[in-house]
Amino acid sequence: MRGGSALPARLIQLGFVAAFLALWFVIGRTGAISPLFLPPVEAVWSALTALVQTPQFWAAVQVTLTTIVEAYLIALALGITAGYAITRSRFATKVLEPIVSSIFAIPITLFLPLFILLFGIGTASKVAYGAAYGFFPIALNTIAGLAGVENHYLNAAKSMGFSHFGTFRHVLFQAAFPVILTGLRIGFFVCFASVLGGETISSVSGVGRNIALSAELMEPARMFAWIAVVIVAAILLNGIVSLFENRMRKGPA
Amino acid sequence: MTLSDANIRRPAPTPCPWLRLSGTAKVAWTQRFIVTAFLVIWEIWARVGGDAELIAPPSAIVRALFANILSDPDIRAAIALTLFEIVVAYVLAVLGGLALGIAIGSSTISRRALYPIVLLLYAIPQVVLLPLFTLGFGIGPAAKIAFGFSHGIFPVLVNVVAGMQNINPLYLKAARAMGAGRADILRDVVFRHMVGSFFTGLRLAMTMTLLGVILAELYVSTAGVGYFTKLFAETFDPAPLFALIGTLAAMAIVLNVIVRTAERRLTRWKG
Repeated sequence: MRGGSALPARLIQLGFVAAFLALWFVIGRTGAISPLFLPPVEAVWSALTALVQTPQFWAAVQVTLTTIVEAYLIALALGITAGYAITRSRFATKVLEPIVSSIFAIPITLFLPLFILLFGIGTASKVAYGAAYGFFPIALNTIAGLAGVENHYLNAAKSMGFSHFGTFRHVLFQAAFPVILTGLRIGFFVCFASVLGGETISSVSGVGRNIALSAELMEPARMFAWIAVVIVAAILLNGIVSLFENRMRKGPA
Repeated sequence: MTLSDANIRRPAPTPCPWLRLSGTAKVAWTQRFIVTAFLVIWEIWARVGGDAELIAPPSAIVRALFANILSDPDIRAAIALTLFEIVVAYVLAVLGGLALGIAIGSSTISRRALYPIVLLLYAIPQVVLLPLFTLGFGIGPAAKIAFGFSHGIFPVLVNVVAGMQNINPLYLKAARAMGAGRADILRDVVFRHMVGSFFTGLRLAMTMTLLGVILAELYVSTAGVGYFTKLFAETFDPAPLFALIGTLAAMAIVLNVIVRTAERRLTRWKG
C-alpha cells in the first residue's frame, strides 16, 4: 500500500464484509436459497454460540491442533535435516534435489487412501499425511537456501578461522535463513490444510470430521458454524505467522 | 590410415568407465541407480517382511495395473471421468480467473479494495467447504468440477492482478506521453506485461485443480476413482490400490508437464 491513504480501501473492505453479511441475512429471510444449502446467518450464529459451550467442541479442536502440531514438528525436523544433509555435497544436491521436487509435483492427496490403509483411521494417518505434505516445501526451501549460499562467504569464514559449527551458525544459517523461513511458512499452511482435509475425508475425530459429520446429518447451521471457526482460525494463524516471520526476519539477520 | 595409427592417436583410456562420464551423466546415472535400488528394496521388503494386506511389491502392482485397472472398463471409465473433471475445472478456472483478475486489476481502487479480500479467501483451507460443495452440487461430477474450479481460480486471479500491478511506471508515462488512452494502455501495456505472471498462474492452477478434484473424488464418489480407491483400501487389496494411485499420479505428472511446456514455449519471447 504505497502512496495515498489506505483508508478508502479499508472502508470498501469493511463495506464488502457488511454487504456480504447483509445479503446473507436477506437471503435467509426471503428463502431465495434453500436453508439446507445456506442457513440463515442468525441460525449459524446461534449454532456457533451453542457449539463453543459443548465439551465436544473443545475436544475436537484439541485433537486437530495436536495433529497439526505433531505433523508440523515431524515435517520441520525431517525437512530441515534432509535439506541440510543433502546440501553437504554439491553432487548429492544435484542428484537428489530433482528427485525431491519431482515427487512434490505429484498431488500427495492421491496417497491419502494409502496413509489410511497403513496408519489406520485415527489421528496417526493424519499426522503422517500432514507431515508428508509439509515435508516437501520445507526440505526444498532448505536445499535452495543452503545450496544458494555463495562459496566465497564460506571460504572467507574458513580463512578467518571459524570452526565447522561457527561457520554453520554465523554464515550458512544466516545466509540461508530467509529462504528457509519461507519454506517454514508454506509448510505450516500446507500442514494445516492437509490435516483438516484428511479429517474431512476420512477420520473419526477432529474439526474436519465434525464438518463432514454435520453435513451427513443434514445440520447445515452447525456445519457453517464449524466452517466459520476454521476460517477465523486460518485468519488468526495467518496473522500470527506473519508477525512471527517478520520478527524472525528482523531478528537474526 | 591403418588401424594401429588410429589406436596410437587415441588418448589413453581411463581405467574406470564411471570417471569418463561427464558431470551431468554422473548425476543422471546416480538418479537412475537410486530409483532402481528403491524399487528393489521395496520389492524384497514387501515379499519378505511386509504385511500382504497393506503393502504390495512393485511386480504385483504392475501385474495389477494390467489385470485389474486397465482391463476393467468401469475403472477405465472412472479414470476418464476424472480426467474430464480436471480439464473442465481447469478451463473454467483459467477463464474465470482471467476475467475476474482483469476486472479487479484494471483500476487502482478496485485492486486496493478487493485484492486483500481475494488474498484472504485464498488463505482459507478450502477443503473444509467440501461437504458444502457436495450439498450444493450433489455427489456426481458437478461437485468435483466446482471444487476443482474453486481451487484453480485463485492462483490465476492472484497472478493476473499481481502481473497488472508491478508495471514500470516509465512505460505508463511513455504510453501516456505518446497519446495512449486508458483502453490503449490496458491493451498494449498492461496486458502484455501481465502475460508472464499469468502463465505462472496457469501452472499453479493446474496443481490446485488437481488437488481440488482429487480431494472431492476421495471425499464422496459413486463412479469415479474415489469410489475404487475406497473399495480397494477397505478390502485390504493393496496391489490394485497402488496401481490405481500410480496411474493417477502419472496422469497428474503428464498434465503438469503439458502446462509447464506450454508455459516455457509461450513465454520464450520474453528471453
